[in-house]
Amino acid sequence: MLCYLTSGKHMLFYGSFFVVLLLIAVTAPLALALGFGGAMAARSHLFPLRVIGKTYTAMVRGVPDIVFFLFVPIALDQGLEYLRHKLKCPDWDQPIRQGNDFIVCSAAKLPLSSSPQIWHEIYGFSLATAAFAVVFGAFAANVLYGAMQAVPRAQLETAEAYGMTRRQVNRRILIPQMWVYALPGLSNLWMILIKATPLLFLLGVEDIVYWARELGSTKSAVYSYPHPDWRLYYFLVLLVFYLGMTRISESVLGRISARLSRGQATMAGEAQRKAAGA
Amino acid sequence: MSSCTEIIADYGLRAIGIGARSLPRTDITLCHQVTLIGSGMIWNIYFGALALFAGFFLATATAMAKASANPWLRKPAEWFIFVFRGSPLFIQFFLAYEALVMLPRAGIEIFGLTIETAWTTRAWAGALFVLFLNTSAYSAEIFHGALKSVPKGDLEAADAYGLTGWTKFRRIVWPTMLRLAWPGYTNEAIFLFHATTLVFFSGFPAFRQEGDALYYASYFADKTFNPFIPYPITAAYFVLLTLVVIGLFGLINRRLNRHLPGETRPRLKVRPQIVR
Repeated sequence: MLCYLTSGKHMLFYGSFFVVLLLIAVTAPLALALGFGGAMAARSHLFPLRVIGKTYTAMVRGVPDIVFFLFVPIALDQGLEYLRHKLKCPDWDQPIRQGNDFIVCSAAKLPLSSSPQIWHEIYGFSLATAAFAVVFGAFAANVLYGAMQAVPRAQLETAEAYGMTRRQVNRRILIPQMWVYALPGLSNLWMILIKATPLLFLLGVEDIVYWARELGSTKSAVYSYPHPDWRLYYFLVLLVFYLGMTRISESVLGRISARLSRGQATMAGEAQRKAAGA
Repeated sequence: MSSCTEIIADYGLRAIGIGARSLPRTDITLCHQVTLIGSGMIWNIYFGALALFAGFFLATATAMAKASANPWLRKPAEWFIFVFRGSPLFIQFFLAYEALVMLPRAGIEIFGLTIETAWTTRAWAGALFVLFLNTSAYSAEIFHGALKSVPKGDLEAADAYGLTGWTKFRRIVWPTMLRLAWPGYTNEAIFLFHATTLVFFSGFPAFRQEGDALYYASYFADKTFNPFIPYPITAAYFVLLTLVVIGLFGLINRRLNRHLPGETRPRLKVRPQIVR
């Protein structure tokens, strides 16, 4: 049994857990940055910037996210290949869309068909990360925009009365205070991000769902260790993995929330102040 | 080339097995895409509406159980909510499918009666069951939150009038809970309709190519190598469906709050949730 669980394929299976964690680790800051940019753009005084910001935040409402997950990678892929095609093969005379096919010259293919397998995998993973970052960035923009609106108006007006410029108000007053209002929304997003990771499988990345299906399905005698259909147990392992992640996140986020509430003019901050005084 | 009316006659109900047998392969027109994706929406509405309706009752019961003082009721309810809210719906679908496939193919014999099991692995039953449990868990959490914030004064007034037990629950606690939970529950409903797109992308296979909107959209994206038409069509259908849901739930919201003076009546603020 131990031998079975440490076979090469199983090592890949365990590795794919790290792929999931890596995806979360890469996507979270990216999405936060995108969301921050989107929220700032939506509050901007420049009209075109505001339109972009508002469109970006409105994009994800009302449409199932999975549609975006399927759409963004293909769109990105074709867009990049189209650009490279224009740059690298200027003397290509055939149309790119031939009926139903999307054809670019071979020098423009991404990744190059001659490059090793690992590049194909990295490329697929980056596309998936981009899709996640775009979609979750829009969600984060929604949350952060709301949080910026929630910072008490009086605080900003006081800062203006002290003669701070818009920039200074943003940097010194608005941004430090908005996090406590953004945290409930952001922690919700974090949970959702964790639970969205199995969608990687739909994007063709060899993630934990892929391996669970591969390893669990019925093995014929060709394999070294034939076994009946064990997919149920593999998926149970995944379920426990995700439940564990949720539990850990819950307790960590609880702590962050307590830390951020310190000294804030909110109910939680007030409760902490009273508890410390008593 | 056939005209658009013929296409609608052929593919309008294709998703439930009425009409042309094979899906279009060549000469795919915009009309094909709009019709077939629209017919796939039948499944999304079927899953969403039934799961929501059945889930409403289980959610109410679970919320009551979670709020009860008896640990024998409270603990199972808490675990039920944690398991279904703490894990991806995607994995739940896979797990349910694999578990249902493991049931004996020939059926289970109980007291000489043979219970068929084959139908449980089909999407219309198996996926509906998973969605039902999932939405029950999410709604139960919403209802539980609302139950906790039923004003104390309302309960004291009910006691003063001598209302107890079932009457108190039906007349005071339940309507107030619904009223408070309704905005959150509306989001949950929208969220659930969006989640129905996962059905044919996870465990459950589409029987005779009868799938939901996204199933057909990805079919077209595959066949035409052009995602820029089918996915926006799907998106448009869902925006429409979302608007209908918001409209219906807004009507119920009006009715739930009809005793309040106009100013204080809460408006539905729709903030659709995301993946689960």
